[in-house]
Amino acid sequence: MSDAWDVIFQINTLTAALRLATPIALAAMAGTLSERAGIVNIGLEGKLLAGAWAAVYVTYVTGNPWLGVLAAVAAGMLVGLLLGLFAIRLRADHVVAGVGINILLLGLTTWLMQVIWGSRGTSPTVTPLPRWSIPIVRDIPVLEELVGSHAPLVYFTLLAAPLLWVVLFRTPAGLRLRMIGEHPEAADTVGIPVHRTQYLTLLAAGALAALGGAQLALGDLAWFSQNMSAGRGYMALAANVFGQWNPIGSLLAALLFALTDAVQMRIQTLPNPWPTELVQMLPYLLTVLVLSGAVKRSRPPAALGRHYPPDHSAGAP
Amino acid sequence: MRGVHKRFGPVVANDGVDLAVAPGEIHCLLGENGAGKSTLMKILYGLYQPDGGEIRVRGRQVRMRGPRDAMALGIGMVHQHFMLVDRMTVAENLIAGIEPVRHGLIDLARAREQVRAIADRYGLRVDPDARVHDLSVGEQQRVEILKALMRNADVLILDEPTAVLTPQEVDELFHVMQQLKADGKTLIFITHKLRETMAFSDRVTVLRAGRNAGTVQTAATNPQELAEMMVGRHVSLRVSRPPQTPGDVLLELEGVSVTDGRGHARLRGVSLTVRSGEILGIAGVEGNGQLELEEAVAGLRPLAGGKVRIGGQEPLRAGPQGRRDLGLAHIPSDRLRRGLAAPLRLTRNGILGRHWRAPFALRGVLREPPIRSHVSQLLERFQIRGRLEAPAGTLSGGNQQKLVVARELAHGPKVILACQPTRGVDVGAIEQIHAQLLKMRSAGAAILLISADLDELMALSDRLAVLYEGRILVEGPAERFTKPELGLWMAGQRPAAAGAEGARNV
Repeated sequence: MSDAWDVIFQINTLTAALRLATPIALAAMAGTLSERAGIVNIGLEGKLLAGAWAAVYVTYVTGNPWLGVLAAVAAGMLVGLLLGLFAIRLRADHVVAGVGINILLLGLTTWLMQVIWGSRGTSPTVTPLPRWSIPIVRDIPVLEELVGSHAPLVYFTLLAAPLLWVVLFRTPAGLRLRMIGEHPEAADTVGIPVHRTQYLTLLAAGALAALGGAQLALGDLAWFSQNMSAGRGYMALAANVFGQWNPIGSLLAALLFALTDAVQMRIQTLPNPWPTELVQMLPYLLTVLVLSGAVKRSRPPAALGRHYPPDHSAGAP
Repeated sequence: MRGVHKRFGPVVANDGVDLAVAPGEIHCLLGENGAGKSTLMKILYGLYQPDGGEIRVRGRQVRMRGPRDAMALGIGMVHQHFMLVDRMTVAENLIAGIEPVRHGLIDLARAREQVRAIADRYGLRVDPDARVHDLSVGEQQRVEILKALMRNADVLILDEPTAVLTPQEVDELFHVMQQLKADGKTLIFITHKLRETMAFSDRVTVLRAGRNAGTVQTAATNPQELAEMMVGRHVSLRVSRPPQTPGDVLLELEGVSVTDGRGHARLRGVSLTVRSGEILGIAGVEGNGQLELEEAVAGLRPLAGGKVRIGGQEPLRAGPQGRRDLGLAHIPSDRLRRGLAAPLRLTRNGILGRHWRAPFALRGVLREPPIRSHVSQLLERFQIRGRLEAPAGTLSGGNQQKLVVARELAHGPKVILACQPTRGVDVGAIEQIHAQLLKMRSAGAAILLISADLDELMALSDRLAVLYEGRILVEGPAERFTKPELGLWMAGQRPAAAGAEGARNV
């Protein structure tokens, strides 16, 4: 048994968790941003796919993964704009619009693969993002193993969480954004442009989530495969709720999910009596458990999912 | 403002309204609900764009594209439904949009200073670090006023500011308004209450059906004249309550106790009786058990102890239906939460509670013709303005309330539980609702009236009881109480002079 313990809890399990957490954490922070501004973001899954596909396609064409990352950002913003068009301009139900976006992008990316590469399964291999090691850190033994050498987007995520926290909770822009998510009428009456702020937030959130997709395709692997997000967008949504609509909470929750995933992979390599499918279920099971426990305690932004101006306004007061 | 027009679809809210407000005055904008007061003020504050007419501020014609433009011109608005974020602090609410910034971050220290400076200047004390949901309604209103003042408002629009306040808080607001006026601010005060208009304002402009019905000096008018300008016909402000000998006990509460979700006692052994042909009024400061009493009588909340008898019988079934079967009618205190289903048509709202019975339903299927004829009778009898097919939510507050009252009184109830029956409705509707309640009293119904409006309680009730911290503090014939005494009882104090002698102290 102690052998199994050693296999499961070696340092590279944590390293793997950090790598696996990155796409989820980026998408979760995107969820935090848009939900703080009152827009339910079920469409994270679609944004991950859009980011992953755009990153691979542009890298495939140009040979430069950094241009791929830029393309992912553009694609994510485009999808964010689409969600805005449905949820803000056309006043669609946010959940329905988000699910629609997920289905659209699953179909669109699969179809584009077929058209461009003649295969529905996987794209050709492209140049992945380089691995960076941090100068001082790489000389410290344990830290070196843990954070020593990762794709740049992993470090970006670790920096983005506290940065976003500061933006949300310490800057005028963050205060205005949160006010819109809590009480759009209040924001409007003090002259804060509700819709413009929401669109800008969705652009930023789209970019963040798509960076998660880029990490998935160019950081972990070097290709795109059908439905490669595999539910991470939904896990991100759960991480956002578990993290109490807080970017740092989102990051920590994503790390917890990813750690379970990494442990699950280690268990699979060991001799064990359980069917693989059951073991693979672990992270998803944790998501469900965490959500059912966390949802009771957490309070979403008060105006989350509401349209502004309200739907049932009687017109003249 | 000159010749302001505004329409919402087919509804004309403002039909060429003129309004001139002089600097440094308290100008009352009086009118029934739906007369266009709030619309006119939202146009002035840039929230709505007018379809016609012009606005001049200090003689210059202006165009307001949004609240930002209005604020830049020194116009501020205190909204009826507070525009505050519960979960944020007072300071955060106050500075949103005009945040003091240092190194790109919000400078909270300076924000607190700014809040304190303005608060001290007008005697509007609030703790900048308190969360809004921890504040009383009166304090929240102070924050709303501060919000306008922090944006350098010279003209302050107050939209029905007293609707949510206790009598004491209204007095405080009045002092604040006097202070603002002394400081040179101009105040526009929207209300439909005549008493406040007379007490607070220098001049009054009356709006009726989207038109200006005249501007008068407050000192040169009286409530009767204002009421007639508002409604456009003669109204009787005084309710005549013919003397009447009560009959048998129809509603009896015996030691009723109720606890809330967290196990705290909200009603502690309340015993009351209401007789046929009698109105028992329940006075009290909101939050002392009124809602729980309503729910206990209506069957919406299980009793922790005690009994409720209607017509001498205990209900066979728990829940509202058991009470209704015994002849209870319930006018709920919150018409939108409990009285109506806002998105449903009038033809549905008019039969709720009886929708499964003949003649409205036959073998489980709704029958349109009897429903339509019943509901159109209700509309006609209560002069409710609205189409049968319109969603109830599109009616004005007064018409919504009349619909609830009409539905509840339609089937000759034995016992009527009337909770805040005229809250937020206009003079015309109040007159009608009061008349209907008195008619039911003459017809022998027992009426339990729970109201926050002392004038209403004193005008309608045969007997009064004061609810304080879940107990009946005092009970007696209505004429034994004066208004100041009632106020003291409501605050949990015994009036020094035993003016209510003969009243039963419990």
